[in-house]
Amino acid sequence: MWLCIKVCPTNVFDRTETGLPLIARQEDCQTCFICEVYCPVDALYVSPYADIKQQVTEQELVSVGIIGSWREIIGWGRGRTRLAEIDETPFIDRILPPQGTISS
Amino acid sequence: MHANDELKLTADVLVIGGGPAGAWAAWSAASQGAKVILVDKGFLGSSGATAPGGTNLLYLPPDEKLRNEAVSQRMKEGGYLSEPDWIHRVLDQVYINLERVETWGYPFRRDENGVPMRDHLQGPEYMKLMRSAVSRAGVRIMDQSPALELLTDEHGVGGARGISRQKNRDWEVRAQSVVIATGGCAFLSKGLGCNVLTGEGLLMAAELGAELSGMEFSRQYAPSAAFGTVTRGRLLNWATYYDEDGNTLYSPGGPRPHDFLPTMLRKGPVYATLNHADTEEKQRILRQSHAIFFVPYDRAGIDPFKERFPLTLRYEGTVRGTGGIRITGEDCATTVPGLYAAGDAATRERVTGAKSGGGAFNASWAICSGTWAGEGAAKHALSTRSSANGRRLQAAGRGGMSRESAGPGQSLDTASLIQSVQREVFPLDINYFRSEPVIQKSLERLNALWPEVYAEVSGDSRERIKAREAAAMAATARWMYTAVLARRETRGMHTLLEYPNLNSSLQHRLTVSGIDRIQVYPEGKPHAQVNHELLEAAQYHVHTASRENESREPDRWMAAAAGEGEGA
Repeated sequence: MWLCIKVCPTNVFDRTETGLPLIARQEDCQTCFICEVYCPVDALYVSPYADIKQQVTEQELVSVGIIGSWREIIGWGRGRTRLAEIDETPFIDRILPPQGTISS
Repeated sequence: MHANDELKLTADVLVIGGGPAGAWAAWSAASQGAKVILVDKGFLGSSGATAPGGTNLLYLPPDEKLRNEAVSQRMKEGGYLSEPDWIHRVLDQVYINLERVETWGYPFRRDENGVPMRDHLQGPEYMKLMRSAVSRAGVRIMDQSPALELLTDEHGVGGARGISRQKNRDWEVRAQSVVIATGGCAFLSKGLGCNVLTGEGLLMAAELGAELSGMEFSRQYAPSAAFGTVTRGRLLNWATYYDEDGNTLYSPGGPRPHDFLPTMLRKGPVYATLNHADTEEKQRILRQSHAIFFVPYDRAGIDPFKERFPLTLRYEGTVRGTGGIRITGEDCATTVPGLYAAGDAATRERVTGAKSGGGAFNASWAICSGTWAGEGAAKHALSTRSSANGRRLQAAGRGGMSRESAGPGQSLDTASLIQSVQREVFPLDINYFRSEPVIQKSLERLNALWPEVYAEVSGDSRERIKAREAAAMAATARWMYTAVLARRETRGMHTLLEYPNLNSSLQHRLTVSGIDRIQVYPEGKPHAQVNHELLEAAQYHVHTASRENESREPDRWMAAAAGEGEGA
C-alpha cells in the first residue's frame, strides 16, 4: 500500500513492476510536502528548492533529523499529538507587533 | 478520444474537483439522496490550495452587531460589488458547517471561556476529515482522474469525460447535474498546492456557453521564500525587511509604502527576518500556527527568526483573485441548465466584491458554495426523474483536444505554449503594475497564441492532460486581460495606471463569455451598448472559428437563465 503514489496531487510517482514507487516525473513536483505527511514509514524527503535539484543522502537527512519531521509536526502517526489540537493560529494576533500604516 | 476499454458510469450528480468546495458539494448532494460521483485530477484529501497548509476562515458567532460590521466593512473594501445578503448567507452557512466539522472530529481550540475558535483549519487534517465524510455519505470517489470535457445536448450539461491517469484509461460519467469545483487558475506558478489549479473547469464551462465574471480581479501575488513554494504571508507581520546590502526597508510599526513588496522586488532582491518574534515563547506560538511556513527554512538551514531569507512573489491568478464562472442564483447555478459552480472556480464577487478573497473569504465561500451547489445539483437531477443514459450527449471539448493532424510539424508544443502564457501573466510589470497599453499588447500576443490550441495533441495521458491545461491557461489569461481593459478605473484589487480613481459608472460586475471570440459586457446586459473600440480590441476571430463546435454561442442558454434574478 504505497500511499505516495495514490495521494500525490501532481502524479509524480509510478508503480514499478515490483510494486515499489518510483519518482518518475520529478519535474511535475510542486513541493507541497503532502507525500511526506501521508508516508507512514518516513521514506520520503521533499527538497525545499523548487527550481533546482538538491543532492542528498539518506544518512545526512537522518543525522540532521529532517526526514519524517513534517509528518511529526502535523502529528500523524501513533502516539503523536495532531497539530490541529495545539493550533495556535487563533491566538497569534495577541503577540502581533504594532503594524505600520500604509502610506502612498 | 481513445477507445481504450473506456470506463462508463452513470450518476445523478458529477462533482469535478476534490478540494474543499468539491468535497462539500459531493457531501451535500449525497445528503439530498442523489447518487454522486466525485472525480479529481489528484486525490481528494491532498489536492488544491487548502490541503498542504491550512486556511483561515470567515467565521463569526451569531452576533448581529459583529456580523453587520463585518458586512459593511467588506462592502466598502470590495468596491461595492458584493451583496450584503450573500455575505450574511455565508456567515450563517459556514457557522452550521463548521459546527458539523467539529462533530466529525476536528479538534478546534477553545479560548479561556471554552468558546471554540473555529476560524482556522489545518489543511491535511481538514481534508482528511472531508474525505471520510464524503466517503461515508456514499459518494464514489475517483482519484487521479482529471475531467477533460463536458457532455452536452439541447437540454444542457449531461456529464463529463476524462482520463484515469494511473490506469491510462478514459472514463465517461453521465449525470443530469455537474458541479464544477476545479478551483481557480494559478498558471503553474508553484504557489503552495496550486499546480493542480490550471483552469480546465472554466474552459469546460465556457465551452457550453457558461459566462465568467470578475476576471479582472486577478492581480494577487503571494510571498514565498525565493527558492521555495510555501506561499504563506501572515507570519511576515513579524518581519523586518532588508535590501541586498542589509539596509532596512521596513520594520513593523514604521510607515509601510503602498505596493511595498512588488515595488521593492522590482528594484532588487528583498530579504526578511522574523525578528519581532523575539522570545522563545513567541517563536513557539508561530511555529504551532502556520507550521508549513517554516518547512523550507528549516530544510535550507536558515533560522528565520535570526537570519535573513530571500523573498519572491508568486502569482496566484484567479485562486486568490475573485473571478470565475458566473452564478445566477442562490443554488450556484450557471447559465447552463444542470451546471453548477462552487469554490474558486466560481466568481466570489457576491461575497468578496473586487477585493481578494484570499484566505478567509475564499475558504468559507468554498464551504458554503459547495453546500449550495451540491444541494442545487441534487434537486435538479432528482427532479428530472430520468437518467442521463438516454440522452444523445456529445463531448464539447475543443482547445487542446484535437486528435487530427493539421499537417506535418503541426502538433501542439504544450511546454512552449505554457511558457508563452506564463510570460504574459507572471511579470509584475505586466500584471501587477497594470497599464492600458501594456495589457493591450499582452492580450494581442495571447490572442495570437490562441490558434495553437487547435493543433494536434499526440502522446500519452500525461500529454493529453497537459495540452488541455495549456489551453485552459491560455483561455483564462485572455478572459482576464479582456476584462481588465473593459474596467477603466481602479476598484478593489484592480488597477489601471491611466485610471487611478473609482468610476461610479462602472459600479457593476463585468461578464465575459466566448472562447475564440470573447465578449465583455456589464452583468446581465449581454446586448448592452458597451465601448465598441474596446470590444473590438478584445475580440479576436481566429481562422478556426468556423469549426463545427463554434455554434455553442453564449446566448444559447439565455432563455433558461432569463427567469432568474440578477443580483447586480
